[in-house]
Amino acid sequence: MSTLHFDYLDRLEAEAIHILREVAGQFERPALLFSGGKDSIVLTRLAEKAFRPGRFPFPLVHVDTGHNFPEVLAYRDELAAYLGEKLIVRRVEDTIRRQHLREPGGKFPSRNPLQTYTLLETIEEFGFDACIGGARRDEEKARAKERIFSVRDEFGQWDPRRQRPELWNIYNGRIQKGENVRVFPISNWTELDVWRYIQRENIALPSIYFGHPRTCVVLPSGQLLGLNEHLRLDATDLIVERQVRFRTVGDSTCTAAVESDAATIDDIIEDLLQAKVSERGATRLDDNISEAGMEDRKRNGYF
Amino acid sequence: MDLLRFITCGSVDDGKSTLIGRLLYDSDSVSLDVLAALENRPSVHGTVDLALLTDGLRAEREQGITIDVAYKYFTTPRRKFIITDAPGHVQYTRNMVTGASTADLAIVLVDARQGVVEQTRRHSLIASLVGIRHFVLAVNKMDLVGNDQAVFDQIVADYAALADQLRLPHITAIPLSALLGDNVVTRSKNLSWYSGPSLLEHLETVPAFAEAAIADPRFQVQYVIRPQTNDYPDYRGYAGRIQSGQYRRGDRVHILPGGRESVIEAIEVNQREVETAAAPQAVVIRLRDDIDISRGDSLVPAGSPASVTRELEATVCWMDERPLWPGRKLLVQHHSALVKAVVSAIVYKVNVRTYGRTTADSAQLNDIVGVRLKTAVPLVVDSYQQNRATGAFILVDELSGDTLAAGLVGAVQNSFAPEALVYTS
Repeated sequence: MSTLHFDYLDRLEAEAIHILREVAGQFERPALLFSGGKDSIVLTRLAEKAFRPGRFPFPLVHVDTGHNFPEVLAYRDELAAYLGEKLIVRRVEDTIRRQHLREPGGKFPSRNPLQTYTLLETIEEFGFDACIGGARRDEEKARAKERIFSVRDEFGQWDPRRQRPELWNIYNGRIQKGENVRVFPISNWTELDVWRYIQRENIALPSIYFGHPRTCVVLPSGQLLGLNEHLRLDATDLIVERQVRFRTVGDSTCTAAVESDAATIDDIIEDLLQAKVSERGATRLDDNISEAGMEDRKRNGYF
Repeated sequence: MDLLRFITCGSVDDGKSTLIGRLLYDSDSVSLDVLAALENRPSVHGTVDLALLTDGLRAEREQGITIDVAYKYFTTPRRKFIITDAPGHVQYTRNMVTGASTADLAIVLVDARQGVVEQTRRHSLIASLVGIRHFVLAVNKMDLVGNDQAVFDQIVADYAALADQLRLPHITAIPLSALLGDNVVTRSKNLSWYSGPSLLEHLETVPAFAEAAIADPRFQVQYVIRPQTNDYPDYRGYAGRIQSGQYRRGDRVHILPGGRESVIEAIEVNQREVETAAAPQAVVIRLRDDIDISRGDSLVPAGSPASVTRELEATVCWMDERPLWPGRKLLVQHHSALVKAVVSAIVYKVNVRTYGRTTADSAQLNDIVGVRLKTAVPLVVDSYQQNRATGAFILVDELSGDTLAAGLVGAVQNSFAPEALVYTS
């Protein structure tokens, strides 16, 4: 009877669109957390598919660490303009000032832990009841156990022991005052799925995802970190010129580059198929602190 | 390349996590840094403890058990797989139901030394209840019984009796050792008397997604798109996912539960008009007539009627710590429809060991009971046996918003429970 065939990307896409529309149907004031990274870029493409020719039923929200790659900020503004959707930017810098927080120390002063404060402030400022994010379950073991609709208390805390059972594709977004929900439409996608989708949809990305020459610091682990003004280097640090690309675009003080000549999305996928190191393992300095690092940060309101 | 979702279920210590670890490891789905993290931690076997690949949360590592449903992913050249790892202990049955609800296939893991145990019966019941059609009886730890074929055959025979009671449609039994990797990805010489496929070979070839495509057409509105712009002044599109079957432009549809009729003017996928769309596509449907339609309404073709009812007979898996008593008011969430309801009666309780039924006046955490529900407004349902999408609902606490139960619509007119539940006593 059926002549229609759907491959796994079609199915993942349909699932994600369904989830986005459930957010639109269930919440008063949702928001899409946009980092400028490939996962949140994919979310905007999925939102176009879910809501056009209408407007998105949510603004894009960027929590700006102040440690961004300039290429990513430029991309963010271009994309928001192209989409014609509202972009809200809130700065970690301002939160630090308002709440008298201590700036991170050390040679690589990541503001990742401080993002949580700004995010919670922003949620409160706009009364967001649902925040859509591009987290994937394949990224990390704590994420592998999180629901697609993840209820947080007013402190943004995730309690893995009290998660609601999530049955079939029925998403329960009913919350009490003060609570909000984090929603992860691409939970079931892997890094490779995201890239194959970007390839199939021909989605433009910030240039730092592709191989480019960059001045880097060589870390004791052998990882490469793009040189930038936030790093506090000393004479012992080894500075090199390398052809690199980034697999994720987080805080530039803790997001490592990988050596790569990949010039196109096809090249990147080829790279990935060869790669033997996970995305977070290759590129995040801050998860290595403790094995339960992500679990602790999630419990405390981090994405 | 297509997609298969499967669940692994078994008792504590049956080696589920090791089996999943083995599948990931032998299919090259584990990256070096993740392995390095494992190697830094003590292992009972002296080698890398593959079970640690799935035991994610700290409390789980401390207790050496799996608390919550975990999802894992791997891809072979033939398929993408989504694995749901459901915990084995008795008190976490709700997680098993959660995990099984989205699965196409269940791997029922049995320890070759223990054979079919009470948990095996419970897990098989739950998997069959939520409509899983494909079962793998994975007889693990064959190395610990000297790879003895007689042991395997006895377990297969014991399971056949259980499968018969549950009327499980498709069962494949595979002897294996997750620890040694025998018959997990590659067939093993240690079990040369077994001529069937390895576990992975079976997972790569078992048919997936048969039911949704051939079921009656069902579509529920999630969201109404009304741009009200100069370009689209009068556009009104009904956004939703085709839950089952196919829709065609020109189809005459009933708008349920209201009952009015219209004709599909256009079906849009990503803003392009298509002639036909099918489950599980996310689409926008426009109708010829201007009718007031809102979220939760269903568009059902004239030729394949659904049941529109305020009285539901259903099987419910109760997931809340506070028991359910008749008279309880709560919410029914039927996908995008959310309605008030009352549990008017608890009709029976299923004995998960014998599969028989007993009378019950309440439902406790992890109980599976038959109930009657009365809803404030009609729902558009099918029996779960006929349609895994429109036959499913959840029960929600009106105040806390907590999910209280998984519900499966029983026969919509005459007989009561899903066919799989048969009397044995």
